[in-house]
Amino acid sequence: MLEKIKFYQTGSNTVGNRMLNPAMRTIQASEDRPNSLISGHRACQGCGEALGARYAIDAAMKATNGQIMLVNATGCLEVFSTPYPESAWQIPWIHSLFGNAASVGSGLAAAARILAKKHGQENAPRIIAQGGDGGTTDIGFGPLSGMFERNDDVLYICYDNEAYMNTGVQRSSATPPAARTATTQLVGDAPGADWGKGKDVPLIAMAHGIPYVATATVADLRDLENKVTKAMSFHGARYIQILVPCPLGWGLNSSSTVTAARLAMETGFFPVYEAEYGKVTSVRKIRQKQPVLNYLKLQRRYAHLTGKKADPNVVARLQAMCDQNIKNFGLLDDDNTEAAPVAIQAFERNQSV
Amino acid sequence: MKKKAFAVTLDPATSLSNHTGSWRTLRPVNVFKLPPCNNQCPAGENIQQWLYYAGEGDYEHAWRVLTEENPLPACMGRVCYHTCEGKCNRGFLDESVGINSVERFLGDYALEHNLGFKIPSRETGKKVLIIGSGPAGLSAAYQLRRFGHKVHIVEMGQEPGGMMRYGIPVYRLPRNILDAEIKRITDMGVEIECGRKVENIEAEKRSGNYDAVILCLGASISTNVDIPQGDTTSILNALNVLGEIETKGDIQIARRVAVYGGGNTAVDVARSLRRIGAEPIIVYRRNRDKMPANEEEMDAAIEEGIQVKWLSTIAEARKDSLKIEKMVLDENGKPKPTGEYEELPADAVVLAIGQNVDTSVISKISGLNMEKDSVVIDNETMMTSVDGIFAAGDCASTDRTVTRAIGMGKHAARSVNAYLNGRAYKKAEKHEIAKFEDMHPWYYTDAPKQIREELEAARRCGTFDEVQKGLTEENAVFEARRCLSCGNCMECDNCYGVCPDSAIIKLGAGKGYEFNYDYCKGCGVCAQECPCGHIKMVPEQI
Amino acid sequence: MLKQIEGSLGVAEAVALCRPGVVCAYPISPQTHIVENVGKFVKTGTLKDCDFLNVESEFSAMSVAIGSSAGGARTYTATASQGLLFMVEGIYSASGLGLPIVMTVASRAIGGPINIWNDHSDSLSQRDSGWLQLFCESNQDAVDTHIMAFKIAETVGLPVMVCMDGFVLSHAFERLDIPSQEVVDKFLKEYEPNEYLNTSEPISMGAMVGPEAFTEVRILQQRKMARALKVIEDVTKEYRELTGSKSGGLLDCYNCENADLKLIILGSSVGTAKDEIDRLKKEGINVGIISLKSFRPFPYAKLAEAIGDTKQVICLERAFSFGGRGIICPEVKRAMEGKNCDIKTVVAGLGGRAIYGTTINGIVKNALDGKFTEEFTFFDVDASVLNSYTQKTEGVSFPNGPICQSQIDNSVNM
Repeated sequence: MLEKIKFYQTGSNTVGNRMLNPAMRTIQASEDRPNSLISGHRACQGCGEALGARYAIDAAMKATNGQIMLVNATGCLEVFSTPYPESAWQIPWIHSLFGNAASVGSGLAAAARILAKKHGQENAPRIIAQGGDGGTTDIGFGPLSGMFERNDDVLYICYDNEAYMNTGVQRSSATPPAARTATTQLVGDAPGADWGKGKDVPLIAMAHGIPYVATATVADLRDLENKVTKAMSFHGARYIQILVPCPLGWGLNSSSTVTAARLAMETGFFPVYEAEYGKVTSVRKIRQKQPVLNYLKLQRRYAHLTGKKADPNVVARLQAMCDQNIKNFGLLDDDNTEAAPVAIQAFERNQSV
Repeated sequence: MKKKAFAVTLDPATSLSNHTGSWRTLRPVNVFKLPPCNNQCPAGENIQQWLYYAGEGDYEHAWRVLTEENPLPACMGRVCYHTCEGKCNRGFLDESVGINSVERFLGDYALEHNLGFKIPSRETGKKVLIIGSGPAGLSAAYQLRRFGHKVHIVEMGQEPGGMMRYGIPVYRLPRNILDAEIKRITDMGVEIECGRKVENIEAEKRSGNYDAVILCLGASISTNVDIPQGDTTSILNALNVLGEIETKGDIQIARRVAVYGGGNTAVDVARSLRRIGAEPIIVYRRNRDKMPANEEEMDAAIEEGIQVKWLSTIAEARKDSLKIEKMVLDENGKPKPTGEYEELPADAVVLAIGQNVDTSVISKISGLNMEKDSVVIDNETMMTSVDGIFAAGDCASTDRTVTRAIGMGKHAARSVNAYLNGRAYKKAEKHEIAKFEDMHPWYYTDAPKQIREELEAARRCGTFDEVQKGLTEENAVFEARRCLSCGNCMECDNCYGVCPDSAIIKLGAGKGYEFNYDYCKGCGVCAQECPCGHIKMVPEQI
Repeated sequence: MLKQIEGSLGVAEAVALCRPGVVCAYPISPQTHIVENVGKFVKTGTLKDCDFLNVESEFSAMSVAIGSSAGGARTYTATASQGLLFMVEGIYSASGLGLPIVMTVASRAIGGPINIWNDHSDSLSQRDSGWLQLFCESNQDAVDTHIMAFKIAETVGLPVMVCMDGFVLSHAFERLDIPSQEVVDKFLKEYEPNEYLNTSEPISMGAMVGPEAFTEVRILQQRKMARALKVIEDVTKEYRELTGSKSGGLLDCYNCENADLKLIILGSSVGTAKDEIDRLKKEGINVGIISLKSFRPFPYAKLAEAIGDTKQVICLERAFSFGGRGIICPEVKRAMEGKNCDIKTVVAGLGGRAIYGTTINGIVKNALDGKFTEEFTFFDVDASVLNSYTQKTEGVSFPNGPICQSQIDNSVNM
């Protein structure tokens, strides 16, 4: 009877709860969670990537009974987790280069498969390749696309913090318009990153027709864990892009990492959905819709949009972008529009004309 | 493996030797805030804590926590005006938690399962006399008995319970419930001697060798007003009416009765009279907004067809009508006579404008300070101006509710215990109150309040059956689980989950969490994402 | 077993005999025939328990190889020229990680201008990449060297490039003696990595190393190279004993007894040179040939021994360093430090310009006649081609015959 009654203090919104049936708690809630990425790593205070990586990899570990091997692209995650002489990884892990994580993953998956076959093991360890948005959407994009089209048995996870943070916050093709980076500074007539540039890798991944593509954020752990678990139930190429706010790069308080990710979802700025074989199968609905300004206000990279000298047109344009996402993906329950994802950039380009 | 490469290959989890806690400038600490419900409860119940166990389905544990402060939960779950719910932070989200209904569920559960209080493991040999067996007296007796003191209550009524028996109508508090909860106290060894009025308290204390006395004699006399009276209109007082209905089950009274007053007693009288077939009308000098009676009770009265004459005073009582003067409220909300009059047909008037303490006995105690009709007590120790004589309940308070009496009885007992041990009693200091702004409401889900079923209004008029039913177990658990756990941990695992440094240790079910300061970098994500506002960041001492 | 087959097929068969677990391929001439054949073997089941991946670039080919080798599989790939350059970042990563990948480089010139024909500028550009570079003088040498390369790589813990001249060897049909599977299995045991990624004993490979240990990591890599000198010799010895082959080794001497002049040559030109030397011998000219098999590690001591007290050495080089001089020559000078020996570079055979017997003949004659007055000379120059441009644009012309560095310098000064 007790299990039948919903736990209405927080439902499924918190990490776990003493009253929930253990099977309904998140993996992160358990005392014996894998902690694949363990304490002592050198990530900045409040690092969203450290959080996202532990969330995702722990979920994959749980889904495969600990049979995970990792490939890491060069970047913050690599640097803060494995500076000689200390590694923060508890599981097999390799770093080779900035742009080759997907291919190293393909090779490792091939080796794992062959070795398992040779040794008569039924299941080979599963491979996850991971990197930041720079390593994924830019420099590692060719290998990523190659891994996708070959349908290699690799889950690629992009920890998206929307710029090159490791090198000092430079623009990547995942940097949203109007955002400040070191290479898109807040000077000139159109401060921040240009409009109409960048690429939407989840949609591009879907266009490869691979078994599974999803987006997630560190603000909805259950959703993230479900997606990683689901991804591990498929064989072949899979892609998950996780929004991981970067306090340093975004100009956030270190305590606001999860809050910022939540606002990215609740504003529609970062649509959270999943797709199988190129078709969107579900979207994470917005629970409490927020205006984009609430999201921008948290971040000094958008300081020019919230002060006295702010250009209301730019904010309106960002709001329109969010609204477009909400419409395209059907992020609000009362929105009956068919989910028909279109790259944000297509929308922007359309707007620029 | 044969040999690992130097430096390029590392062993797993070796980062544990890097104590990143040294980066910290702010440190997270747990703060234990006082939930607004607990703060509001006149009985000082630890509401949040017993809701916590109730939500888990551990009703006995919940009941034990509840009865630490209040020995009469089945009664209180019925008659308490639950001002706690008015302060509940959940009210900012949807509706306040139905604390009172869960309390009743727990009280009924305990009765159903014959849960008893623990008999004190040792006797202190000290004796305390309590005058009056109302809620204050019972509460004090219960608490003193838990300390191992011998308690003797002298009650002037024929049965124990005070106002709970002689003031509160049966449809609100069935007497079997009251009896059962009193019996549980006497089962602990508390003696109640009924039907005797102590005429000389000091002599009684001496002759009985009591170490202390607590006055809990209530406010048992209805306040009188002088209404110019014609020939025969009967003017009765509320306590007599309620008392007679209680003892005889009926009262001989005219059909059209004006109940004069706007407090809870007025409503109780009106609703009781309705049940014996009369047509009561409440006459009150102010409007509904200013009415002190409990809102829910008033709603029920109106549902039952009881009429109210607002902004009216009785200027004169005639044979079969009343001369009513219309009032207006001035800018301070005070009623002012208008000089306009009207007739109100009525055969009788029941005065329900307040109660007074029977000072006939206590005024004889030498050196006992009184103010108006209340015994003056030290707010901290509950002691009167006479050493060894304490007071609690309506006789020492102007806030005359059952719940308040229970709270006062508890404090008086604790103070007596300190007194008997030669110590000065100090009430525990209150923690900072948990404000809604301290919480993280996004995490809470929407959950409609569970409503207790009520007897249909049409069926209420002919019977004293209890109006309000209890919650089902399912609804009670649901309701308990709606608690936001303001300011205190509810073990939602959020801090444990959101720490990017895995620097929070989960100690296991019911044990909470610990910060691992070896690795905590002080980012503050845990504090920001704690739904309850249970974590605070404080500057690190260098 | 003797077969009359294309060099690429021979190499493919040799690779298959080594039972690689993963082979990845990206097409680039002139190595394509090798991986095409390996792919066929995998598909037909001739090569079992092998994953063959068609990747989207050489960068990914090397990356897949890194992944599979780190995963504990014997790994092979092949490339050439631009492809090698495109994988350079991975090349360094593989050696830094100590992964025993074997890769064929079907040597080809580097563009621009784009040129698909053979010289040594591709592999020699990777001189400092931390890979072993073994050069093959014939297709038989290539077949045998590939088999030895796996054993050398896995023993040393470093990747190996097997450099065979593009087209000249890769596309040449020759009679080849392919060892039997039984023999190869006896020679080359199943790969047992020093370390590899697996879930029962997790490790973190590829850590970031700062100034506190980087030098030491490099010294340890240098030690592996030092050890490789011995390993190459030991493995060669073992292989030769098992198969009767003459392939492999750090270097190979031909007609070196009492030679007046010694030519140091890498790759297929050695064969041409041997024939010409035999002819010259009949003329009474005694020239020795040192076929340099291992460019990295460079066998300084062994080379000094091979040169002995010969007073004149010519390095025939098929690549050079722009703005500098030869690539092999400085190494030889280093080997002969303090000894009275005249060592010079003669560049020939760039971008597929054929090295004939006459070329060798000319070099020898010029050398013995003291015509190579400088350290650095381009030998097989077509002055008319050069002059057709320089005369028109700058009024500069070069004489027919070899062009030495001072001529180039002076032509600029004019």
